[in-house]
Amino acid sequence: MIRGKVHKFGKNIDTDAIIAAKYANITDPLELGKHCMENIDPDFGKRVEKGDIIVATTNFGCGSSREIAPVTIKGAGVAAVVAKSFARIFFRNAINTGLPLLECAEAVDASDPGDTLEIDLSTGTVRNVTKNLVFSAVPYPEFVTELIAAGGLVESVMKKMGRGG
Amino acid sequence: MTLAEKILSAHTGRESVKVGEFVNVKVDMVMASDLTAHIAADQFEKMGAKRPFDPHKVVFVMDHFFPNKDVAAAEQIRRLREFSKKHDLLFIEAIDGGIEHVCLPEKGLVLPGDVVVGADSHTCTYGALGAFATGMGSTDIAVAMVTGEIWMKVPPTIKFNYQGKLPPWVTGKDLILYTIGRITVDGALYAAMEFTGEAIEELSMDGRFTMANMAVEAGAKTGIVAADEKTKAYMAGRTTRPYKVYTTDSAADYAAIVDYDVSKLEPQVAIPHSPDNVRSIGEVSDVRVDQVVIGSCTNGRLEDFEYAARILRDRRVHRDVRCIVIPGSQEVYLAALRAGIIEVFVRAGAVVGPPTCGPCVGGHMGILAAGERCASTTNRNFIGRMGSPRSEIYLVNPAVAAASAITGRLTDPKEVVDR
Repeated sequence: MIRGKVHKFGKNIDTDAIIAAKYANITDPLELGKHCMENIDPDFGKRVEKGDIIVATTNFGCGSSREIAPVTIKGAGVAAVVAKSFARIFFRNAINTGLPLLECAEAVDASDPGDTLEIDLSTGTVRNVTKNLVFSAVPYPEFVTELIAAGGLVESVMKKMGRGG
Repeated sequence: MTLAEKILSAHTGRESVKVGEFVNVKVDMVMASDLTAHIAADQFEKMGAKRPFDPHKVVFVMDHFFPNKDVAAAEQIRRLREFSKKHDLLFIEAIDGGIEHVCLPEKGLVLPGDVVVGADSHTCTYGALGAFATGMGSTDIAVAMVTGEIWMKVPPTIKFNYQGKLPPWVTGKDLILYTIGRITVDGALYAAMEFTGEAIEELSMDGRFTMANMAVEAGAKTGIVAADEKTKAYMAGRTTRPYKVYTTDSAADYAAIVDYDVSKLEPQVAIPHSPDNVRSIGEVSDVRVDQVVIGSCTNGRLEDFEYAARILRDRRVHRDVRCIVIPGSQEVYLAALRAGIIEVFVRAGAVVGPPTCGPCVGGHMGILAAGERCASTTNRNFIGRMGSPRSEIYLVNPAVAAASAITGRLTDPKEVVDR
């Protein structure tokens, strides 16, 4: 179960906002996390607490293919992102780096900054504890669920390689 | 099936694919840059891979922080050079290099009908050749490097039909900015954008590269133009590998068909801080600029420089403006040099740099201070993209960029030429 406070953002939060390219050579997730959202919310890295949740509207993660974008969000301590929609490369990168994404427009509209959310990833349930509301996220496609169940893309390739000798 | 569906289908070894279906696709070229390849290399090693599926189909291009902008970039690039040598990969750096999306088509490494994946969002550029090309993250790219395959969800195709002849100084950049302005930055989310119509047929290959390049700015998985005689002429002499030309069936199902009459289009400007915040040049001509950048994977090709040179010839850059010109590749540089264009730029007071993504990605060679504004032929005007979060980027075509360099404010090329 994920439980944390809401940090709310608008639409089209791009990867340069999540982490500027000038930090692309940093590999330590905690170090990256300090610069999370720096261009649009300079204090975010200081304000965010472990287990908190980013809530945003549409097209979250648009822009570059940099895989450090979801790594940065995790490095900042954020446990999940709830949004109305996600940009496609960011979606793939989040799956590959283990950042939980939930597509749930109703939860986004109903949540205000500082609200406490509880997220059950196994059922896709998003509960706004502050407002006592419960929502269901759009489930991942079956293909993606199986990929995650197999331990992710890299794990599943390793298993195949192992089988092939 | 649409052009995009046909290419995907051919690369899954099946007769057809359906929109929304998850498929494993065989890839013809896998690309990563100095910004992304190190994570792909880490994952490659983590997987315990001994070799890439085909070293001739994996290419690393050093372009974002090239020439090495600091010690960290230098270390990354050195490591990637060693990794490439060890695995005998294609490695493009200084001697015949440039920006990945300019270089790969030039070198005949991507062809019509190919499936290309790259750890860079602007990989969709190669769609201009009639290829299916899309950007992914480093881990996906590592898997493609090892297995020669990657999963994809078959995208719906939206057809964009551009009718009419383009007015003078209106380019592929203006068509794509206009389109993104109309449909917004998630207007083609997960979809393939197929560009057709009279204006596309008339458009040069360089103009088509510009359009396909910015498909990702509308959220698209790829932008694509069916290969035609211009494509074949472009490919001639660049490759000996056979390629296949696909076209959309007349009975194909598009998710949507969008018609634009572009015969009266003005040069377009995307104002801060989103590529869909688009105006006609006439609406923003009072905006002063401190810097002009002409280059990038969007507009760093010979035709772009020809446009800029027609404006800058025998004129002077405004004394308050830094005008930075960056050829997209060594090949573009040499062609521009031979055509006398580089001299035009230098005489006009522009600074000509080596091929690099540099300023576009806020790396180096043109970083903006707080309060500064830049007219740029690049592809993104996100907050802080080129430097200070308090700077501003205006996305324009190369002729507008050049005209703005002369007057010191956003300027319609007509105004300078007719003066």
